[in-house]
Amino acid sequence: METLANLFGSYWPAIEITGWTLIKIIAIVIPLMLCVAYMTLAERKVIGYMQVRIGPNRVGYFGLLQPIADALKLLFKEIILPTASNKYLFFLGPILTIAPAFAAWAVVPFDLNLILADIDAGLLYILAMTSVAVYGVIIAGWASNSKYAFLGALRSAAQIVSYEIAMGFALVGVLMCANSLNLGKIVLAQSGGIFQWYWLPLFPLFIVYFISAVAETNRAPFDVAEGESEIVAGFHVEYSGMSFAVFFLAEYANMILVSTLAALMFLGGWLSPVSNIPDGFLWLLAKVGFLLFFFLWFRATFPRYRYDQIMRLGWKVFIPITLLWIVVVGGFMQTRFAYLFH
Amino acid sequence: MFKQIKNFLSSFMLIELIKGMAITGRYFFARKITIQYPEERTPMSPRFRGLHALRRYPNGEERCIACKLCEAVCPAMAITIESEQREDGTRRTTQYDIDLTKCIFCGLCEESCPVDSIVETRIFDYHGEKQGDLLYTKAMLLAVGDKHEKQIAADRATDARYR
Repeated sequence: METLANLFGSYWPAIEITGWTLIKIIAIVIPLMLCVAYMTLAERKVIGYMQVRIGPNRVGYFGLLQPIADALKLLFKEIILPTASNKYLFFLGPILTIAPAFAAWAVVPFDLNLILADIDAGLLYILAMTSVAVYGVIIAGWASNSKYAFLGALRSAAQIVSYEIAMGFALVGVLMCANSLNLGKIVLAQSGGIFQWYWLPLFPLFIVYFISAVAETNRAPFDVAEGESEIVAGFHVEYSGMSFAVFFLAEYANMILVSTLAALMFLGGWLSPVSNIPDGFLWLLAKVGFLLFFFLWFRATFPRYRYDQIMRLGWKVFIPITLLWIVVVGGFMQTRFAYLFH
Repeated sequence: MFKQIKNFLSSFMLIELIKGMAITGRYFFARKITIQYPEERTPMSPRFRGLHALRRYPNGEERCIACKLCEAVCPAMAITIESEQREDGTRRTTQYDIDLTKCIFCGLCEESCPVDSIVETRIFDYHGEKQGDLLYTKAMLLAVGDKHEKQIAADRATDARYR
């Protein structure tokens, strides 16, 4: 270390900070990738169990090596570039989809002080990042130069834009209660046991947020952007091999991200539900796992929404509910019942 | 009016969605009915119509008398038979081919056989690796029969009273 510092002289502090940040980024992204990989296995297992099947159990004990086998298979497959496609945008699409899904993790607090970038506008940053992800889908759909991909991209764009609003308003309720956009402060504002968490006073917003999150990540029953029975595979029909896998990774990383956000903002993040058990990262993990299970549960239960129904639900149901509840929260905050909403 | 409010409330509170999730949630813990094929198999009827076999009498003489009824009845025309008179005066086949790529496993050959020679066994998981592997000749069919005679005889005995 000393010799290195001498070697770089006055540049050393900058290099040191960059190096540590890179190490931290790797420490977040690698476990996240593993979570994504095993999320695919969990999904197949859970949906299998709900359909009275066993699910994958051949590769490794209990199918535990299945994600690795899948990843290897996808790595060795050919990446096909459609002749009529726009080459640069075709490869930019998957990158633009996955980069925000990972970048958003920068401001996610895993525990007290266990955070990569403790910025005050963390929530805003996350909203911005998740909104960028839709460009990846649109660009992928457009660059493929295929009608199904284009339809999928259009659907995805319209859907994500609609649900972004309801999602944003649901989060407005949270930041009204917490008086902060900093995710760590939002969690700390919920301290004091399970009934102090925001899921209780903001229950309608919690439900709206979670359903919007399902829509936002293009998961069943809102997966019209893929809609394999209608438009083959939607925006990623033309993708193969690893470029296809990147879309897959991004979808699951986004699922984990929105579940983590829901856990942070409505379920008290790393706080423990009862006061005599210590807080910690494991609580966050448990809450995220609990919420992720619901994603799989939804997929195993509900048929796909019709497109106009999705639009109706987003614009005519969720946005009015969130607006109304924000008014209710704001109104109560002016009365002596303000303690209900901290 | 009252009904409308009730409908609105039930859809607003996601009642039916929760009911649906309760069903899938219940099945999550239900006993799984998957049969893990190579290790576990489903029960099979003695009448199962799988791979063909030619049988022999206990003394080792082949049953087939080359009457060609099976060849005549075969709807897929998968059977080809050539016959000759042997030195002891009996008529026997010199060629008995079943093209399994043509065969539809209807079992008519077995039904038409007056001496229970051609039969369909319980074997269903066989394969061919190159062209022509699924053209079963007389020797191959007899070999199948020899190998599985016990099972074949037991199945015929079980089913005998319904014939």
